[in-house]
Amino acid sequence: MDKNRKADHSPKEDNHESRRDFLKTSSILTAIAVAPLTIAKAAEYNLGEKISAAFETTLVSMTVNGVKKQLAVEPRSTLLDVLREQLDLTGTKKGCDYGQCGACTVHVNGQRVLSCLSLAVMQEGKQVTTIEGIAKGDELHPMQQAFIKHDGFQCGYCTPGQIMSGIACINEGHAETKEDTREFMSGNICRCGAYPNIVKAIQEVKNGGQKS
Amino acid sequence: MIQFQFERASAVKTAVNALANNANAKFIAGGTNLVDLMKRNVMSPTKLVDINAIPLKNIQQQNGKIIIGALALNSQVADDELIIEKHPLLAMALNAGASAQIRNMATVGGNMMQRTRCPYFYDTALPCNKRQPGSGCGALEGANRMHAIFGASKDCIAVHPSDMCVALVALDAVVVVAGPKGERRIPFEEFHRLPGNQPERDNTLQANELIISVEIPDNSFNKNTHYFKVRDRASYAFALVSVAAALNMDGKVIKEARLAMGGVAHKPWRLKDAEKSLVGKPATEETFRQAAEIAMHGAKAYKHNAFKLKLGPNVIVEALKNAAGLV
Repeated sequence: MDKNRKADHSPKEDNHESRRDFLKTSSILTAIAVAPLTIAKAAEYNLGEKISAAFETTLVSMTVNGVKKQLAVEPRSTLLDVLREQLDLTGTKKGCDYGQCGACTVHVNGQRVLSCLSLAVMQEGKQVTTIEGIAKGDELHPMQQAFIKHDGFQCGYCTPGQIMSGIACINEGHAETKEDTREFMSGNICRCGAYPNIVKAIQEVKNGGQKS
Repeated sequence: MIQFQFERASAVKTAVNALANNANAKFIAGGTNLVDLMKRNVMSPTKLVDINAIPLKNIQQQNGKIIIGALALNSQVADDELIIEKHPLLAMALNAGASAQIRNMATVGGNMMQRTRCPYFYDTALPCNKRQPGSGCGALEGANRMHAIFGASKDCIAVHPSDMCVALVALDAVVVVAGPKGERRIPFEEFHRLPGNQPERDNTLQANELIISVEIPDNSFNKNTHYFKVRDRASYAFALVSVAAALNMDGKVIKEARLAMGGVAHKPWRLKDAEKSLVGKPATEETFRQAAEIAMHGAKAYKHNAFKLKLGPNVIVEALKNAAGLV
């Protein structure tokens, strides 16, 4: 770290804007052992930005919907953004992006979590399941089927989160009664107000003996 | 969110060392509050140390106490058979907080370390002494409906938002922390602090220290406890006022009592005088009403939260009635 700082402030580097910015912004660089000479040379060839991108990302391996993925992510990227932007899995929705609405709910190692408040870099080795991963080919998951049957949505924006949350709610044993279901589904907000039908759908799947 | 350096620590010592000499480094566990605050630039650590690989997830019974690892998830604790049997008050309080998804992410240590939800703290365009010391308290003369009625100062009238902590302070819990000089134990009541003229300090944890566990001494409160939370909607909202009540009954007579309030102070607010007033008395509504009156001594309201002066004692009475089985 000190070495790089020093290089940053050395007078002869003053004209190399790209390199200075690179060194200033790439805090992750400090965690990686790199020969300063290599960077200096790269900067001269204006490779700063490319290198910056490379060094500011971290490799992370996770299994998404049963497929192993190795991804280069920025430490600040959320799981939600990586799913949507890097893996094109846009079924998981960005609602509030602050952990208040539940639209981004996915399963990590079988537990429902908020992908907007999860850093992707922290999912190393984890099993991630999104709304795209619950159907068996053309055969919808029973919860998807039940949402259609009971009209568990209007605009549909919260639906992927509701479905992922509903499946987990049953698996946790928190859908024994209607009251329990409402309480343990309270992290999924539906502005259309489809709650009664969502509860019906979850109750039907629960009573039908959900497998997974 | 600004870019930051990311590291993983798999042992307590490594984690503590990773924070050395960097006042802008933070531990991250569940991240449910920290990531939120980082997105809003309320907090901007330059380094995050992921502590999830440290083996601090266990809940175990040992020598007259239950030890809960700091990384135990809120949902894990709430669903734990030992906790439900011995400290149902804690399970109730946990299930009253946040949502199922957040409880699956948030840890016990993280729950304790969460920041206030005061809107002036969250909005970087507004003054807040907690976020930016010396900038003033926006809530003092502003929108202060959610704010403190106990122990506030002219510099900060924010409240601590946790439900879990209200139960833990009532149950005489002890916080075990590790730092560069080893471990130390902090009574739960002394973990969080009042704002005074340093509202930027939420608690008494020192720089470099990591919460490693919370201990609850065995007690006889498991049959008569209740956590009563009043909020703006039926679920998934912070408390306006909440009360943790625990009674040890001999027939209809109260042998021991524990009482604490949430949503009313900068820390989970233990009500020791009210507890004392309950001892030896019959468990009746009248007894509870008297205790509630004692509990409210010294309460001070601001422009929009005077309703808490009436709501507070009513919630205390309801919590005690539920705990005593009078409802």
